[in-house]
Amino acid sequence: MQILQLLLSGIAQGCIYGLIALGFVLIYKATETVSFAQGDLMMLGAFGAFAGMSLFGMPFWLAAVLALVAMAAFGVLLELVVIRPILGQPQFSIVMLTIGIAYVARGLITMVPGIGTDTHTLAVPYKDQIWKVGELVVNLEQLAIIIATAVLCGLLFAMFRYSKLGIAMQASSQNQLAAYYMGIPVKRLNGLVWGLAAAVAAIAGMLLAPITFVHANMGFIGLKAFPAAVVGGFGSLPGAIVGGLVIGIVESFAGFYLPDGFKDTAPYIAVLLMLMIKPNGLFGEKLRKKV
Amino acid sequence: MRFIFKTSYDQDIRLARHGGHMFWYGLLVAFLIVAPWAIDEYWLAQLTFVLIYGIVGLGLMLLAGFTGQFSIGHAAFLGAGAYTQGVLTNMGIPFPIALLAAAALSAVVGVVVALPALRVKGIYLGIATLSFGFIVEEVFARWESVTGGNAGLHVKSPQLFGWSLGSGEGFYFLCLVVAVLSTLGILNLLRSPTGRAFVAIRDSEISAQSMGIHLARYKTMSFAISAALAGLGGALYAHKLSFISPDQFNILQSIDLLLMVVIGGLGSVHGAFLGAIFLIAMPQLISMGKDWLPAVIGQAPGLQGLVYGLVLIAFVLFEPLGLYGRWLKIRTWLQLFPFYRKGLFKRQKSFTKSDRLR
Repeated sequence: MQILQLLLSGIAQGCIYGLIALGFVLIYKATETVSFAQGDLMMLGAFGAFAGMSLFGMPFWLAAVLALVAMAAFGVLLELVVIRPILGQPQFSIVMLTIGIAYVARGLITMVPGIGTDTHTLAVPYKDQIWKVGELVVNLEQLAIIIATAVLCGLLFAMFRYSKLGIAMQASSQNQLAAYYMGIPVKRLNGLVWGLAAAVAAIAGMLLAPITFVHANMGFIGLKAFPAAVVGGFGSLPGAIVGGLVIGIVESFAGFYLPDGFKDTAPYIAVLLMLMIKPNGLFGEKLRKKV
Repeated sequence: MRFIFKTSYDQDIRLARHGGHMFWYGLLVAFLIVAPWAIDEYWLAQLTFVLIYGIVGLGLMLLAGFTGQFSIGHAAFLGAGAYTQGVLTNMGIPFPIALLAAAALSAVVGVVVALPALRVKGIYLGIATLSFGFIVEEVFARWESVTGGNAGLHVKSPQLFGWSLGSGEGFYFLCLVVAVLSTLGILNLLRSPTGRAFVAIRDSEISAQSMGIHLARYKTMSFAISAALAGLGGALYAHKLSFISPDQFNILQSIDLLLMVVIGGLGSVHGAFLGAIFLIAMPQLISMGKDWLPAVIGQAPGLQGLVYGLVLIAFVLFEPLGLYGRWLKIRTWLQLFPFYRKGLFKRQKSFTKSDRLR
């Protein structure tokens, strides 16, 4: 029973990592850059929902949808204003740029007087409800995370499989130049991908908020999603979720069975092992250059 | 405008290209030597920090700017040096030996990181070093019998041949000597075959390999040297602060170090020191600017992060060569004065090669 309980909390936490990692992977696949700002986009999403609910008194669902839309628009804007001008520069410049964006986001939120420096609770309707299945205690917040992740994955899968937009995104992620030649608006798609990643991050933020509260530094959890993305294989969407689950479960078990201090480092030890054994990750694509 | 006609290969790798270099660097060294008497104690301490960060920056510059291996966990090496120094001097081991031991141990740690990192590159390397940084930070916090854990560790003030270096001036000169020696060391390394191999690896691993460069060996060497310099800087840092705790060597410190070399200008030795000046001067400038801003903005706690982020974004967007690049432009403008063309430093737009093919 203990194991099942640990597994459940590991899966719930892992879904959050998976969702953030999904943002990395979406951006990496489409534009071959890595966004260090993903965790802070998550924080912005959570704050957006919080602002909608507490400042404007909206009901949860309306606030959530509005925050989602706002974050998607913000992602598109970010790509347009900041990322696009340095497209084609070395990958590392973009990494530094996203670190800069993360700093700005954190700084801006902290500067909001009276709100930015405090921790808040997001009053979701399903807060503090517990189900008992046999001896297993199921927290409804955890259940919501798992269900929402599953639904989101289904939607994304359907989009990439059946919609024209998704197929165009796949095409441009495989070969941008060839996609250009086939008449796919690659630049606009890149913007949309950033928007999508920001929206996914916002969802992760709103799901995480009931568990960890809303505060300006919650974005640092994004750093734990890097191991998730690597374990799953950086270029693979299902890999991101699976990697997230692996990291979440590893963390949850390490926290229980291993001595203090291993809980926070276990994901990083796992990723180092993964890089040593199989650098491409569990689902990583293997491409070789022809000379 | 000065024209240098190179008539021998030696001229290509000479440290001082012409008399002007000798003159200006001589002037700089002269200023640094008389600095303790010219500026007050507060600014001397800041200058000491610039030198310490400059030493660490040199190491990171060698790794990131010249070998093309980005480390997002460099604070781990800094911490390894700082803790080695702290523990050894508290045990009563003479200062110079402890300093060398700190550098050596950090180099060993660097090799340990390099070994798993050899298989990966690009963003994977970044994440590997990031993970390593987290693990090392946790080790500092948990290994309480040696590091004192989260309560921190007090470091005795350094003693050299009987006299104490605890005072501002003595310690400043110590840092100055170490900084000058490591700068000369790096400059000499860079003009040696090893340094050229590093640059070749940065520019293209495949072509470097096909020219007979042993990638694994040179990457490991680069990590080791870089870590040794970071350890050296960390050892001095430990003495300067005289108190170290794990949270001084966390991810934010690593990102600060990275920010330092990027803003200083990747791929230039000047950049390491310019970046260090920037890193030390920035909080001062921000706190000075605070008085000019309305209280709502000026007193807000997030201001520093916001300014850091904006500056970083502005540099990446508009001045990818960093402060050193800006100086190059100014110098060229002065040299060519009436004939400076606007597009002289225009960046070529190019599509990066896919990182997935490797």
